[in-house]
Amino acid sequence: MAQRIGRYTLRFPSHPAVLAGAAVVGTTEGEGPLRAEFDRVFPDDTLGESSFEKAESALQREAVTLALEKAGKRPRDADLIFAGDLLNQCIGSSFGLRDFGIPFVGVYGACSTMALALGLAGLAVDANAARLALAVTSSHFCSAERQFRQPLEYGGQRPPTAQRTATAAGASVLGAHEPDKPYLAAATFGRIVDLGVQDANNMGAAMAPAAARTVADFLHDAGAGPDSLDLVLTGDLGAVGTALFRTLLNKDYGIALSETRHADCGLLLYDRETQDVHAGGSGCGCSASVFNSHILRQLQCGALRRVLLVATGALLSQTSTLQGESIPCVAHAVLVCAPENGKE
Amino acid sequence: MPTGKQEYDQMAKKAAPPSKKGKDLFFAFLFGGLICTLGQALNVLYAYLGFSETEVKAATPVTLIVVTAALTGAGVFDKIAKVAGAGTFVPITGFANAIVSPAMEFRAEGRVLGTGAKLFSIAGPVIVYGVSAAVVYGLIAYIFHLY
Repeated sequence: MAQRIGRYTLRFPSHPAVLAGAAVVGTTEGEGPLRAEFDRVFPDDTLGESSFEKAESALQREAVTLALEKAGKRPRDADLIFAGDLLNQCIGSSFGLRDFGIPFVGVYGACSTMALALGLAGLAVDANAARLALAVTSSHFCSAERQFRQPLEYGGQRPPTAQRTATAAGASVLGAHEPDKPYLAAATFGRIVDLGVQDANNMGAAMAPAAARTVADFLHDAGAGPDSLDLVLTGDLGAVGTALFRTLLNKDYGIALSETRHADCGLLLYDRETQDVHAGGSGCGCSASVFNSHILRQLQCGALRRVLLVATGALLSQTSTLQGESIPCVAHAVLVCAPENGKE
Repeated sequence: MPTGKQEYDQMAKKAAPPSKKGKDLFFAFLFGGLICTLGQALNVLYAYLGFSETEVKAATPVTLIVVTAALTGAGVFDKIAKVAGAGTFVPITGFANAIVSPAMEFRAEGRVLGTGAKLFSIAGPVIVYGVSAAVVYGLIAYIFHLY
């Protein structure tokens, strides 16, 4: 049963296993540096569907199907699925998962959804409330553009601080502890932070304070320094947010996180030199696809032993932006560790 | 002292890389100038073909609008505009693109409530305030002509 340590962090004593993860991506992501790591790269961002919303649902469906397959499980083995996305009323998840017959828990954490869903799934498995629980999320560049920004063919320029919403989905299958599988050791559900950033084209700057606070909360609760972690993996701070995140950690919390111990999924997913993504990637699918491919693999083989996934979400809507509101943000963290039987 | 909103605003501004203004200005000038030159060339061409002055004034913008609509439909216009910026946005090409792109985008929601309703989602404000400004200007001009 989960134990609260410190003020904000939950420890999972049963060490729920990440039995498998799957990541599926669109064309641009499939041309990025991690292209060989993904389970499936779709050659066409419509995925053969008649709308981009349907395409996003298909991404999520595919991620869940592959993750279950890799875990050697069937949909009916799953007791709970925690899922969310960026679309209004989370239709990417509800439409994508409607045929699985798995009890559905819709969650909304914007781009923090992967860590939020993983934390909740870990909690459910640790509490014996689920024998098998899934965490899944997705985002699609085209469905996000049409909902949050301009039509695809609209001719406009984006500022250098803007980020590209990843066309990607990632799913994790969690079950009871297995010694040769990576496991979830703890989770910190974040507090909402708003330092007054209003620019929806600079999400990294808006989200960086939330990431810094959650990392500081986690380390404080764990009574450990940043060197206790192999990697702090932020979700989608991008180039601008990454710099601000490290500065804030140092300035406000006295935590010196070295460059070698920090990576950002938004910077890992694309090659900013050759791909037109401005400050990097964003979207729920960004951290979901990087975590469920590259990072999970590194954990499985023991190249990384303790990874704190800190996915950040900007909790804005089109309405709040038009009304001139600033952007409240949240960051959720999960501590994922390499298998106990793995190589040191 | 934790970072406050004002201080963070400064930090965020400092961390944000600026737009490449020199490059943006150059390409806006180049593409904007090219479009205007093309417009002038069309003017001359239509006049040469024997169109009246009123017909030329209609035919030139219509040609530019049709070309923009075709380029938008072919998925080329946004790629040019990315480089050209205000160069394609300010001339009538920007307006044409602002009508055609939502028309294409919202086809998935149906012809009436999708394309029909969203057609003016970007260009609508331009029309509303453009017409309003014209009314105000017209009134002023009318009052001045009274005396």
